[in-house]
Order: sequence, then C-alpha cells, then structure tokens
Amino acid sequence: MANQISDETMEYVGILAKLELSGEEKEAAKADMEKMLDYIDTLNELDTSAVEPMSHVFPVCNVFREDVVTNGDNKEQTLANAPLRKEDSFEVPKTIG
Amino acid sequence: MDLLHLTAIELGRKIKTREVSVTEAVKAVLEQAKEMEPEINSYVTLDEAGALMQAEAVQKRIDSGELTGPLAGVPAAVKDNMCIEGKLTTCSSKILSNFHPAFTAEAVKNLQKAGAVIVGKTNMDEFAMGSTTETSYYGPTKNPHNLMHVPGGSSGGSCAAVAAQECWYALGSDTGGSIRQPSSFCGVVGLKPTYGTVSRYGLIAYGSSLDQIGPVARDVSDCAAVLEAIASHDEKDSTSIQRKDYDFTSALARDVKGMKIGIPRDYMREGLNPEVADAVWKAARVLEEQGAVIEEFDLSLVKYAIPAYYVIASAEASSNLERFDGVKYGYRAADYEGLHNMYKKTRSEGFGAEVKRRIMLGSFVLSSGYYDAYYLKALCVKALIKQAFDRAFESYDLILGPAAPTTAPELGKSLQDPLKMYLGDIYTISVNLAGLPGMSVPIGRDRKGLPVGMQLIGNSFQEKTLIRAAYTYECATEKQFEVSADVRAGAGMAAGQAGDCGRACRQTGDPGDSAFQAKSEMPDVQAKSGREA
Repeated sequence: MANQISDETMEYVGILAKLELSGEEKEAAKADMEKMLDYIDTLNELDTSAVEPMSHVFPVCNVFREDVVTNGDNKEQTLANAPLRKEDSFEVPKTIG
Repeated sequence: MDLLHLTAIELGRKIKTREVSVTEAVKAVLEQAKEMEPEINSYVTLDEAGALMQAEAVQKRIDSGELTGPLAGVPAAVKDNMCIEGKLTTCSSKILSNFHPAFTAEAVKNLQKAGAVIVGKTNMDEFAMGSTTETSYYGPTKNPHNLMHVPGGSSGGSCAAVAAQECWYALGSDTGGSIRQPSSFCGVVGLKPTYGTVSRYGLIAYGSSLDQIGPVARDVSDCAAVLEAIASHDEKDSTSIQRKDYDFTSALARDVKGMKIGIPRDYMREGLNPEVADAVWKAARVLEEQGAVIEEFDLSLVKYAIPAYYVIASAEASSNLERFDGVKYGYRAADYEGLHNMYKKTRSEGFGAEVKRRIMLGSFVLSSGYYDAYYLKALCVKALIKQAFDRAFESYDLILGPAAPTTAPELGKSLQDPLKMYLGDIYTISVNLAGLPGMSVPIGRDRKGLPVGMQLIGNSFQEKTLIRAAYTYECATEKQFEVSADVRAGAGMAAGQAGDCGRACRQTGDPGDSAFQAKSEMPDVQAKSGREA
C-alpha cells in the first residue's frame, strides 16, 4: 500500500517542525516521506498486539537528586552565544502587540 | 623517533619515562594533521594554540606526579557534537557555526582528568545524521585509505583522523552504528558501550534513547584504555548507569577457550558483499582456532530494525532539535517578520537537507493521529528486537558478524538515495535499539585495499567479553589489519586516476577547485614520501 500525503498534512508537519520549505523542497520532502512511510509500514507484518511499547531498555525509573547548585554563574558565557542580546537578556522579535 | 606509529599506550609509556615530552607528541601530531588536512578534512577545528597550552599544563601535572595513567599526555580528538567549554562546537551544522559552549561534556572531562590533550574537533555528518560524513556543512571527510571513498559516518572525522595518524585516538558517538561503521571503513577499532555506560551530558542529542559516546582507537588495548577513562556514573545524565566494573583493560587477555560465539545466518545472506562475508568467516575461523566455539543461528527480525530505528530516532531528533531556533545560540536568519517567522527561517536556512528530512519525518510520526500507528508500533518492535537478542544471549557469549554490508562507498554515491544509504546500517542499528555493546575490529582488505571490519555484539554490560575476543583475534593475527593508512600512497593513486587533469589544473592555476588542487600537489607529496623511504 503506497502512502499518499496530502498538501495539508505537509503544511501541518511544516508547522510542527518549524520549517519553511520552498515549493521544490516541499515536493521532494513529500516524495521522501511517502517512500519512508511505505518502508516503515513493513513493521505492520509483525503482530505486536501483546507487546508493551519499550521506551527504555533498562528498567530504570525517575532518577532524583537534591537540587543543589554546583555550577557557577555562567551568565556572561551563556549570553555571549546570543544571536541578539539586550543587556542581560536574549533579544527576540516583538511577540505581543 | 617516529612517534606517529606508536599506539596511544606506547606513547603514554614514553611520556611517563620522559623519553618524549607532551609538547613533542602534540607537535608531531599537529604537523601530521596540517599535512593531511587538505586531503582528508578530518577536523572541523584544529586547535593548535590550545593544544600546545594544554601540553604544557599536562606536562606539569605529570612531572608533579599527579597524572600517572596510561593516557596522560597523549593527544586525542573529539567529535564535534561534544561540548568543550569555550571551544567552537558545530555538530558540523551551519546552525551552530558560531556556538561556544559554556561547559564541557562529562566524557571529555573524564578524558581531561586522565591527562588527554585535545587537539581538535572532528568532522561528522550534520547532527550525526548520515552514514558517510558527506552531510557535513564543512565539506566531506575522505577515507585515508583511498581518497576517492568516504570514511563512513557519522563519526567519519574521528575514524579518519585516527587512521591518518592525525591523533592517537578519538571519541565518537554512535546512535545507529556511527562509531562501528566508520571504524570498519577506516580500519580502526571502535566500540559503542552499553547504553548508560558513558555520560551523555554535553553530547548534543540526536536520538537520546540510542546515543552513546565511545572510543575510536588504533588497537584493542588503546580502545579498552580509553573506554576505562571515559566511562562513569554521572548524576547529570538521568540515564547514566552505576556499573560494577569499570576496569575494562583487565579484559585484555588472549583467551577465548570455550567462548560460545553465534553468527546470525540472517546477517550472512543476500545483500552482503562476498569479500566482506569471506573476511568475516576467516575471522570466525581464527577465533575458533583459538578455542572459541562457533555456531550459526537465526537471530530473526533483522529487517525490521531499520524501519523501527528511523521512526524512533527521527521522533527523538525532531524533539531534540527543537531547541535550535535562533534565540539562545547559533545562527539566526538575517531577515524575518515576527517571532515564528524568525524560527522557521532560521531553521530552514540553518539545517541541511538530511536533518530537515528527519525532523519532518519525526514530527509526522509524533503528530496526533499517527503517534500510535508509527511511534508506539516502533517501540513495540524495539521490545521484540530486544527479546530476540535476549534469547540469543541465552545460548551465546558473543555475536559475530559484519559491521557493514560493503566496504566504504565512493564519494558522492550515497546521498541521492537516502533509503539505500539507511540500509547500510542493517547490522549495527539493532544493537542501539537493544542498548547493547558493539565493537568493530579490522579483519581484512578488499581488492581495492579498503578495510573490512567485523562487528562483535555482547550482552548488556559485557564489554569485557568483546574486548577479550577482539584482543585474542588481534594477537592471533599479529595486528596485520590494524595498519594506519598510507595517505601519501593512497593519494598518489587518486592522482594517478585523475592524472593529466590534475596537472592541467595546476598549469592553468585554478585554485578554486580544491579537489583538483589537492591532486595537483600529489607529485611533490610522493617525492617527499620517497625521500623518507
């Protein structure tokens, strides 16, 4: 069964992925994804109705530790990487009107 | 003294006895790297000044008796997806082309504690997504054994740097085979530890449930020593595991008597290059002669590992790479209208094609309506694959097979058909899904002289079994396949193929095409190598 992805789905995935693809890129991405999904569909040959999804290979649960600060004040080093900086803040485009 | 031919441990011994200074070792490797880099491009950043400064500091710590370990003073390289404080860390992506981390990855810190001098950051597939190191924003790395071929990936820079003697050992990371496959293609020893053995703190995440850092080395002893240095329990990584054993070098013993080794029939069938198959069988015979018991068995589910992997890894990648949005670090698009448009433009301009492909796929399989059918289904298949390995390890101490279906492909032949490239990871990917340790060891050459590797797979926490088998093989074959690349001879071959063209380019003085430029320099390089001989 060949997968067919609609333009609307591609648009939606683009929003989730925060990617803006050109018309040409979009067509290529759609074809790539349809091909991959056809391939991924081979997983349906396996009956997994009695199998629990496994997210972690070892039976580890949440790992807790005391919230003790061990690192120093890296403010300057951290802000030095900012594409745009305003005093001690990261500067971003205006978000509210 | 030719330091470059020594193993890391041999060099460490000479540094310890003051036969060689740390600065001498660093200078030797920097000189080699500067000569090789125009050809190989193993490094994104070669940190000459930083390495010389580290050398002085490490020498003082050795002289004061603080550093006594086997790797003290030995120059190493680190894959460019591991953060080092203040050092450019790019993940071979445009989006991190100006990122200087404020902290150092735990594995690198452990190396520094052991006295390593980090000479540079190695090239990789962008965000470790790829099998050839051709998706790097900073240009492909070439295979030191034949410059017309890829080194494999994604840790292609680390493996090429070790093979071309541009460092004594390196760190790589392995999400679906990214240490083992390029190690096999470059004729070096690479090991992916059991999930949780090496801290992922400071490793820029791709598929968090699959990623592990591991060593790339010239021989099995170096590999064990580096693993011993980097493995640790780390509170900063919630998936880090407190192990009972960290003394991996204690497994360096020539003894496989009675060791039960299984060869999956499903690995040795169609799709496997006959030369690779032949080398794997020969390696198995060597271990048999040393006393191991070799049997074939059906592992099952082999063909489902790749589709399950691409669902899980892409899903995790789409989430992990969400953070690259042009706000806190890295590249930001120049023109945009408003916040969301800035995100989209930054990411669309900053990521390469393969990364975007996987983010799109990952976003799709996690989206409502598809989550159960794809993502949860893949997690169920992962459980089945783990069970298949559990069953195998009830009968065998070790699984032996090829690391990859072929030797290194030619440059420029893999990216057009991503699905075909993905299939090249068929023997390595399931090991990540099951969280197991895997190791690649050189076992031969194909007709073109390209290295062939075998993969040893162990049960969880059984790195020592891998090391013991690999060491036994290495002793029995007298390291005949662990030979560093003769880049000068290999490059000469490339020049021979391009012959007149290379010379013509030099005559017309076209410096724009670096490939031709490199070839045009060949006759001089050969002459130099001739003098040394």
